[in-house]
Amino acid sequence: MTIAQTPPGKPADVYFFATCVVDQFYPDAGMDAITLLEREGIRVHFPEDQTCCGQPAYTSGFHDEARQVAAHQLTLFPEDWPIVVPSGSCAGMMKHHYPTLFAADPVRKAQAEKLSARVWEFTRFLVDVLDFKPQDCGSDCTVVLHTSCSARREMGVHVSGRQLLGGLAQVTVAQQDHESECCGFGGTFSVKQPEISGAMVEDKVKSLKATGAERVVSADCGCLMNILGHAAWKDAQEGRPPTLPGEHIATFLLRRTGGAK
Amino acid sequence: MSEHTLHFKPAEGFRARSKAVVDNPFLRQSFRGAMDFLMSKRAAQFPDPEELESLRNLGEAIRQYNLAKLPDLLERLEANLTRNGIKVHWAETPDEANAIILGIIQGHGATRMVKGKSMVSEEIELNHAAEAAGIEALESDMGEYIVQLANEKPSHIIMPAIHKTKEEIARLFHEKVPGVDYTDNVDALIQIGRNVLRRKFQEAEIGLSGVNFAVAETGTLCLVENEGNGRMCTTAPAVHIAITGIEKIVEKLEHVPPLLSLLTRSATGQNISTYFNMISSPRKPGEKDGPEEVHLVLLDNGRSQAYADEQLRKTLQCIRCGACMNHCPVYTRIGGHAYGTTYPGPIGKIVSPHMLGLDATAGLTTASSLCGACGEVCPVKIPIPDLLIRLRSEAFSAPHANPAMRGQGAGHSSLISAIWRGWALVYRSPALYRAVSWLGSRFGWLMPSRQGAWTTVREPLRPAPKRLRDQLKERNKA
Repeated sequence: MTIAQTPPGKPADVYFFATCVVDQFYPDAGMDAITLLEREGIRVHFPEDQTCCGQPAYTSGFHDEARQVAAHQLTLFPEDWPIVVPSGSCAGMMKHHYPTLFAADPVRKAQAEKLSARVWEFTRFLVDVLDFKPQDCGSDCTVVLHTSCSARREMGVHVSGRQLLGGLAQVTVAQQDHESECCGFGGTFSVKQPEISGAMVEDKVKSLKATGAERVVSADCGCLMNILGHAAWKDAQEGRPPTLPGEHIATFLLRRTGGAK
Repeated sequence: MSEHTLHFKPAEGFRARSKAVVDNPFLRQSFRGAMDFLMSKRAAQFPDPEELESLRNLGEAIRQYNLAKLPDLLERLEANLTRNGIKVHWAETPDEANAIILGIIQGHGATRMVKGKSMVSEEIELNHAAEAAGIEALESDMGEYIVQLANEKPSHIIMPAIHKTKEEIARLFHEKVPGVDYTDNVDALIQIGRNVLRRKFQEAEIGLSGVNFAVAETGTLCLVENEGNGRMCTTAPAVHIAITGIEKIVEKLEHVPPLLSLLTRSATGQNISTYFNMISSPRKPGEKDGPEEVHLVLLDNGRSQAYADEQLRKTLQCIRCGACMNHCPVYTRIGGHAYGTTYPGPIGKIVSPHMLGLDATAGLTTASSLCGACGEVCPVKIPIPDLLIRLRSEAFSAPHANPAMRGQGAGHSSLISAIWRGWALVYRSPALYRAVSWLGSRFGWLMPSRQGAWTTVREPLRPAPKRLRDQLKERNKA
């Protein structure tokens, strides 16, 4: 499923597609990703009219609704700049499912294909295009990395996150058991099948915590919402302070490398 | 639903059955251990990712090549089997298949049948039909024998009794097999089973088996198995009846080795199965053994519906290895019985709607996080997640004329559809999205602390007080 994407030279400008989850629930992750890109000397453009990639409706089987929302995003990126997305899942939607979604619409299909070719998952963009080499200025710490299923299997970018964290001299990346297993989020799956989703996130949080890592980082806020939401709920149930903090990899990388400059 | 689906548990009970397993730590641990074991066995068979990928590409190409020629191949298979002396029967429904099989059995005045492992015979619920007709149908695959003794159904297509511990099996044998003392020694248990079955193989007038690959150009039925019971069922009784789905066909013998290699390595992590049977004819004059009659029943049961649609046709590429189950985080949590269908797990979710209609299976299509583990390990590269998305759209869209699937629109709800229309209205209109998300950021603290299913095991979701776009504006002003 991994699609080879030839890295362009380092661009002067990129678009940033934040995703609806980052815009509304994890704005700090978005700010930190933008800051990191800017620190590399790139002008980051945030189209004000962006909303959502349309994935929730698409995976739930509401394809007309997904098409309407996706068609709106197709109009937002007129320049031939890379589109950086801080989520493997939303990037996967735009890269792999937009062309299918518009298969019966010749005009939008062509637009979708052009757009898809320019979509970059954030960590992959840092590694492959920017050749980002972080200078770690933090103290010793152990983290654990959770990679989303879309990042891993649809975008094939699970190595990028590991490479980025591996470049931080004082950071140890712990290895959780069943690393490649889904956290149980799956969008509407988490509320349509709460028993199964709940069991999956319970096991995921246990395996993350068993590593003894002080935090979990991920390049997907959907997974974070699920994992951190369950960890905090469990802590509250058992009346103890939070045991598994977590954040988007952009936030972690920015803090470890000296913040905004 | 036909009377034969009565034995399946209705799909509405799926959530309750899943919950029962999820809430049982013993079962959870047991499934996890079993699936970990099967995953590691498969992984050990494919140390070289490039070899795996090229073999999967070949497997996919072979299956697609043969499906593209299916109608022609079925005719050639029938002609060549007939030439070889094997009688071919066509069944559109489970009822027809059962009628054909019972007709053959009763035509011989027979009452005793031994069965090799056959998921298609489970699909048509042959054992129930046989029992109702006063015919003994005894499972001879050890796993199938165990679930039959327990009056259950297989919970996995390759390892039918994977949900049972050896202690449960020990109790079962002690209670159900006359004269057996309790022992949880696995070798002893297998020996008990063998002794029972040995007598039955000698007595049975009818042997029934499945088919893994039917080769059109030679008229050969290939059967993959590990216990030798398949060979016994297909050679000892005077009449052998094979049953399979119409999709299990390949044109040439040379198509078999790559598929066989993918099958055994993906399924049980074996380089090759212990037995590989190739059945080309009944006993010929002068031969000392083999059945006097061989029949093949070819079953449709919804397969032609899948076949008619270019995307859904990929469902039929399946070679029934079960790797998708072994790697599925949902199957690992709930086991096979919770699904309530003959075929559980990811493949069950995409094939059952064609067999049972979406009216019985719409809910099952939602039981996936679309993590993609199934598609990643599928030896013939069935895009299972994409097919699940397609099935969701068939199930939940408003009923329309000329649907591609029986039961299209069965999961349709005007309320849910209206919610998605409202969602689309907001997210396709930037001004509306800005307004709604602004309200969310301002009044997010008013969000209820109970948010339905989400908060059963998670803290409530609350939008951040300042959206990314607000933070960006402030920063750029400064």
